[in-house]
This record gives sequence, C-alpha cells and structure tokens, in this order.
Amino acid sequence: MFDVFSNFSSGIIPMEAYLLLSLVMFFAGIYGFISRKSLLMILISIELILNAADINFVVFNRYLYAGHMEGFFFALFTIAVSACETAVAIAIVINIYRNLHNVNVDSLHELHEPESEQ
Amino acid sequence: MQYTLLILILPLLSFVILGLVDSKWKAQVAGTLGTAILVTVTLLSYYTAWEYFSTANITGSYQRIIAFETEWVRFTDYLHINLGILLDPISVMMLVVISTVSLMVHIYSLGYMHGEKGFERYYAFLSLFTFSMLGLVVATNIFQMYIFWELVGASSYLLIGFYYTKPEAVAASKKAFIVTRFADLGFLIGILVLSYYTKTFDFGILTSGNASVFASTTGVTYMGISVMSWAMGLIFVGGAGKSAMFPLHIWLPDAMEGPTPVSALIHAATMVVAGVYLVARLFPVYYVYSPEVLHGVAYLGAITSLFAAIIACVQTDIKRVLAFSTISQIGFMMVGLGVSGMGGHHGLGYMASMFHLTTHAMFKALLFLGAGSIIHAVHSNEMSLMGGLRKHMPITHISFLIACLAIAGIPPFSGFFSKDEILAATFEFSPYLGAAMSFIAGLTAFYMFRLYYGIFWGVEHKHAHTPHESPLAMALPLIFLATVTVFAGFIPFGEFVTNDGAPYEIELNMLVAGISVGVALVFILLATILYRKESKIPTQLATTFAGLHAAASHRFYIDEVYLFITKKIVFNLVSTPIAWFDRHVIDATMDGFASITQRISVLIKGLQSGDVQNYAYIILMGALVIAGLVIYF
Repeated sequence: MFDVFSNFSSGIIPMEAYLLLSLVMFFAGIYGFISRKSLLMILISIELILNAADINFVVFNRYLYAGHMEGFFFALFTIAVSACETAVAIAIVINIYRNLHNVNVDSLHELHEPESEQ
Repeated sequence: MQYTLLILILPLLSFVILGLVDSKWKAQVAGTLGTAILVTVTLLSYYTAWEYFSTANITGSYQRIIAFETEWVRFTDYLHINLGILLDPISVMMLVVISTVSLMVHIYSLGYMHGEKGFERYYAFLSLFTFSMLGLVVATNIFQMYIFWELVGASSYLLIGFYYTKPEAVAASKKAFIVTRFADLGFLIGILVLSYYTKTFDFGILTSGNASVFASTTGVTYMGISVMSWAMGLIFVGGAGKSAMFPLHIWLPDAMEGPTPVSALIHAATMVVAGVYLVARLFPVYYVYSPEVLHGVAYLGAITSLFAAIIACVQTDIKRVLAFSTISQIGFMMVGLGVSGMGGHHGLGYMASMFHLTTHAMFKALLFLGAGSIIHAVHSNEMSLMGGLRKHMPITHISFLIACLAIAGIPPFSGFFSKDEILAATFEFSPYLGAAMSFIAGLTAFYMFRLYYGIFWGVEHKHAHTPHESPLAMALPLIFLATVTVFAGFIPFGEFVTNDGAPYEIELNMLVAGISVGVALVFILLATILYRKESKIPTQLATTFAGLHAAASHRFYIDEVYLFITKKIVFNLVSTPIAWFDRHVIDATMDGFASITQRISVLIKGLQSGDVQNYAYIILMGALVIAGLVIYF
C-alpha cells in the first residue's frame, strides 16, 4: 500500500491513489447515509456513493483496459441516471417539506402501524 | 325420430328465457310464451306417440327405439353415462301424460296465478320441471334417470317454496327436499351396487333378459340377502321416497303449501309417480332377479294405501285430503306392479298399474285444479268454510263430481277400468290382498264423497263476497280433463302398454268388477248418509272412536316420530358431539395456528421499523458479514 507514495516520484499517479480516494468517498457516503438525519444530507451522501463508483469505472478502464471506452461511457450513463434520481428525490423532499415543515428522516412515520393496534 | 329431442330442448329453452328476463317482460307475455312452448311440446309428444304406436309394432311386439344417444362421461370401457332418448311403450305413454297435464296446468295458471308476484319465475320453474320430468321418462340409462330424478326434486323444491315469504312453505319445501334426498341416497347406492356387478347403466342391456349380464351376481350375498335384492331394494328406496311410500310419505302432505296448480302437476300427476315408473322401467330385473323385493313393493304399496286412505277420511284441509288420496292411489299402482307377472295375462298387474297411472294423472290433476278453483273462490283450504258451492260454481262442481266418480271406481269413468284391473291382478296374486285392496277402494270412495259433499252440499257458509265461477283460462282445463276422465277408460290400453311389448286384450273380470263397484257404491251411500246434509252422526262417530280419530287427524304421529328421531336422537346424540368436536378440536387447532403466527409477528415486527437508515445499516453489516465469511471460510 505504501508503494502508492513511492510511485509519485515517477510522475505518474498510481491507480491505487484513485482507488483510495473512491474508497474514502464511498465510506464517507455510507457513513453519511446512516448517520445524518436531514434528507438533503442523505441525498448528498448517495451522490457521494455514486460518484465513488464512477471514479472506479473510469480508473479501471484507464489502467486495465486502455484503448477501450466502455468504462467511460458507463460513468457518463451513471452520471445521467444519478442526475435524474436526484431530481426525483428533490421533488419528494420538497413535498415532504410542504407537508411536515421539516426534512428530518425520523419524522417520516405516516405509514407506520400505530403502537396501540396489536 | 330425432325430432323428439325438441321435446326436451323446448322447455329448457323456455326456462332459460323466462328465467333470464325475470320481470323485464310483462307477466302475460311470459305466461303466453311458456304456454305456447308447452303447446308445441304437447303436439310433438302426441305426434311421437302416434308415430311410435303406428310403426314400432313390426314383429308382434313394440320395439324399443333409441331416438338419440350421445356419450356424456366415460368411466371405463364398460361403464359410461349416456344421455339419450329412449322410446318404448311406457316412456311414450309418460310423454303424453306429462305434456298433457303440464299444458293444462300452464293454461290454468294463466288464470290462477294472475297478478301474483313472481309470475315469470313461476313459469320458468314450471318449464324447468317439465323439462326434468320429460328427461326422466325418456332416460336411456339409469344414471341419466338419476340426474333428471334430482332435477325434478330440485324443481319441486323451488315450486313448493314458491311463496318464499311464508314460513310454512319454506319449511315444507325443505322437508320435501331433505326427505326425498335422503331416499335418493338409497337410489344412488343401489345404482352403484347394480352397475358394479353388471358393468352397465343401460336399461336396454339390463332389461334384455340376457342372463350373462347378471352372471357375476350369482351367489354373492351380503348379510344373508343376495346382492341383487340389495341393489334393487335400495333402488326402490329412491322410488319410495319420490312416490311418498310409507314411511317416506311425510313430505307430500306438507308439499301442498305450494301453489295449487303445482300440486296438480307435480304432487299428483307426474313427479310422485316417478317411483312407480322406476319400478316399471326395471320391472324385468325385479321380476327375475329379486322377486321378493317385488312382493315387498306390493305389500308396502298396500300398507301405504290403507294408511293414507284412513288419514284422508278425517282431514279437513281439501288439499291435504287430496294429497293423502294421491299417496293411497300410488299405493294401488305399486300393488299392481308388485303382483304382476311377465307377459300376456300374467302381466296384467303391470299393464293395470300403468293404466291407473295414466287415468289417475288425469283425474287427480282435475281434482287438484278443481280444488284450486274452489280455493280461488272462497280463499281458504278449510272444508268447514265451504259448503253449498254447487250453485255458484257449476263447471267446477260437475268436473269435480266426474273426478270423484272416477277415483271411486264407478263405471264408465276411467278410474273404474284401471283400478278394476289392479284389483283383478291382486286377487289372482292373493285373495287376501285383493280383499284388502277392495276395502281400500271402498274407503277411497268414502273419503272422496265426504270431500265432495263437504264442498258442494251441506250448509252454505257466509262468504265475504259470493263465490263465482272461475275465469275461462281455469275452466277450460277442467272441462278438457273431465272429458278425458270420462272417456280414457275406453282406451284399449293393453294394446299399447305391456311389460313384454306384445299387445294384450283386456278382459273385464265381471266378478271382481261387480265386487268393486258394489263396495264403492256402499261406501258412497255411507258418505251420502253422513255428509249430504248436516248430521250428528260424524261427530258421534268421532267421539266413539276418539283414539282412532285423533291418531288419524295427527297422521298417526309419523311426523312426531320423525321429529323425535331427528331432534332427540340424531341431533342430541350425533350432531351435538360432532359440533363440539368441530368447534373445540378442529376450529381450535386452526385458531391455534393463527394465534401462534400472530405472536411471532408481534415479536419480530420491531425489525420492520420503517427507518430507512436502520435498514441501510443492517444491509451494510450483513454484506460485511457475508463478505467476511466468503473470504475467511
């Protein structure tokens, strides 16, 4: 793992550095998704996870299958899809805000079975 | 003669159409359509009879003709249920009888049921009944007969319960259905036993006289009785249920809750003779393979006949009197069959029974339609509310009198000829039975004239409005049936219907005829003395024989015995424990499953919190655990 830093001297950014970045982004996204209570922050966390995956696509394509284009295009598709998803999610979040006047994920329990009903 | 198929299809079509349109058409349109279809069916039946009797007798005896047959269900190579049309003397005779009476009832009902709620429904059910009954008589095999047998039971149920808002009618329809259904269980078991050994349902094969069909039954016994006796006995149980033989007769008097024309059609002329027809249809089998059952039929018929005649003498509801009289007359037909031999003069009983079936259908339908006309006029079934009606209702009076004379056996009315031949056959079988049947014939004359004088003579009762003669639609069938009753006796019936198909010349046995006419006249005279004018003698007799009178009025407590057996024994000792077992063991097991499932669901429902982040956390941890397992193990 520490080869990562030794290779900087050669002037080429090694593949592991990108992977390390995407790893950090991915787990930051997961952590954010689990721990944040605001829907907007959760949405941003999802974007982090997807972007980490995009980096992986591009990096693997660039380093392992140089000359092929599938990975790049897949990254572009993913960006498009995540943009759509974000648009939908934002719409949902706005509607939730209109109804509840906050975007706290803990307050979303309209469909939950009431405790009294056994 | 494939056109005979139309005889079945048309009433079915009428049932479907009238049943579907229900009250969307005007009542008169529905009634006219039903009646028009019945007119066609009747004409077709007459044409069939004419063609059959003029062409089928080629070799000196009437052949059986399969006009149409199709295989419906195949069980094995031998055993298959066919649906078809069998024409032989008795089925053609029944076609004529059923369609005639049914047509008369259709016409009569146009007047009688006028303005009733459910008029279309009534005609739809009448069509269904006619279809079922015609299908029953032309059945080519015993299973087809069974199917239509159940259909007539169902349509009888529907028609008895026609006034379904009346609790008595509902109870009566239920009673009729359950009692006959119970008897039909015997019929079904009988069919299964018979077909198991003979490998066929077909009437043609069963009655062909081919001994190899019954070869596998020889020597097979169960509880000391041969298997053929079991099979034929059980089949007769079904017939006894439909034909109201003692002790399965209890449903018939109650069935009078239905509309009166229905009683005339179903519970006097056609359906109740289905049992007689069944025995006649299988007569060669009864005669050769289970003669003891056949003799049992004769004695059971005689007992039923006597029993019903005694009860009829004390009933006060006119339809009840006629119902018991029907039971008694069916008893006569059963006796006729039971004492009959095979072919020629020995087959007199069979021929007489069929003859009596025909004439009885006509005059009993006439009596019932007459009773309906009277009920229509005075709005009651009770004899005590009638009396002196002869001046107000001349047509009803005359036709009723003709029917009474016919059933009493006075020449030259039709009942005399048919009943006399049954008596002659019975005397040849056993003089004691013959004497008993002559006495019952006398009782018949007595109770019929008690009824007649009670209705048309005696003290005139004050009515809310003066009774009037019935409308033309009701009077026409009365006139027609009365005409038939007067002349039907002169039909050379033996030329057409015998049990071996060969025509037979009927000779009047003058001795028997003399005795029966004498007895009938004595009893009519007795009834005249007692009931013509108001007299104290009937009341005195009732008090003298108080026990007998009370027992007969209560129909010898047979209904009470049934109630005791069903309520006290079956319900308490069998049904209640079974119900307990059902509720506390079977239901409880199922409840147990449900409550266990519910408890588990309460325990694990915390997992389904709806908290998305929690889910994500669990998915992540699960994925990590699985990844760890895959990597390290």
